[in-house]
Amino acid sequence: MEFRKIGVVGAGNIGVGVVTDLILHGISAVVVDISEAQLQRAQADVLKNIRFAPLFSKTLPRITQEEAASRMVLTTDLNDAASCDFVIENVTEDWEIKKQVYENLERAMPPRVCFGANTSCISITQIGSATKRPANVVGIHLMNPVHLKPTVEVIRGFHTTDQTVDILLRLFSRLNKEAIIVEDMPGFVSNRISHLFMNEAAFVLQDRVTTAEKIDSIFKKCFGHKMGPLETADLIGLDTVMRSLDVLYESFQDTKYRCCPLLRKLVHAGHLGRKSGKGFYVYPEV
Amino acid sequence: MTSVNAVTQDGIRKTVREFILSSINITQLDDDDNLFESGIVNSLFAVQLMTFIEKTFAIEVEMDDLDIENFKSLSATTAFVVRKNGRRSG
Repeated sequence: MEFRKIGVVGAGNIGVGVVTDLILHGISAVVVDISEAQLQRAQADVLKNIRFAPLFSKTLPRITQEEAASRMVLTTDLNDAASCDFVIENVTEDWEIKKQVYENLERAMPPRVCFGANTSCISITQIGSATKRPANVVGIHLMNPVHLKPTVEVIRGFHTTDQTVDILLRLFSRLNKEAIIVEDMPGFVSNRISHLFMNEAAFVLQDRVTTAEKIDSIFKKCFGHKMGPLETADLIGLDTVMRSLDVLYESFQDTKYRCCPLLRKLVHAGHLGRKSGKGFYVYPEV
Repeated sequence: MTSVNAVTQDGIRKTVREFILSSINITQLDDDDNLFESGIVNSLFAVQLMTFIEKTFAIEVEMDDLDIENFKSLSATTAFVVRKNGRRSG
């Protein structure tokens, strides 16, 4: 299969990264979101990412802003993605929203098309059940910033076929990404573990053991992590982290995933992390 | 006596230093600290830094400027802004 055009559903943080990566590797994107304003913001962010990409990777091409803009179609109509070779879905981490999106995708896309479900924690088998093609649904967990991360977690749902996995691996090969394939359980490997770190770091802050800066410094300077758990939560978005913890709690029925009240309080206060300018840290306006 | 250029350079350095310190979890930043090798900043912040200097100093980071050497430290970033300002006024 050739990858000429990919449907990208959901134009948030990860959606922007996916579109950036596709365009940098010569693949066009049809970007679908329910919000026209979000699509405009996403286009501006993609163009900014592409503009600065050569600074961080000598292998990424220099693409003019006009050329980049010509490789993406922005739309609020899912039917505009019907001619795409593959769909990468990145909508909000909320089962009711995802379920609706997959029911709509099922109607809009030809039966042969495979869906890559980009999710933090929701089971790929559950997502597949919202379609009539669970064999064509495969999980992907991309890391931020997508176009600079060489490795991706790939999740095989209960009904996902080898053929579907192979198609996805060929797409990632085009994007110069290595895939690590795991079986399906909520949160997979990465988020099942990392969200415990982020949640417990919020509890440590809530218990006034120390400051956010010191919590993150211990992870960076003692463990050698590139970012601390609270910085990471701010980058992901505290609302997304909260929703992922709720999914894990619901899925495993295990109290170790109960969301820290401080984290929930920040979300309700509108302090969502980098994207809102405030979270565990305050970010200067740029 | 301090030259006009030196005053400008000091002003740019001060503005950039304040931006970095207000954005990153550090309390001290030496002029020649390598921002990237030391792990002080990541790629996400580098884009913010370039957007900040473009807006603040009304310059444009062009394709040929996209070299990490131009932004690797406070000194390098200051010199870059001074150079771009000079080119514009010259």
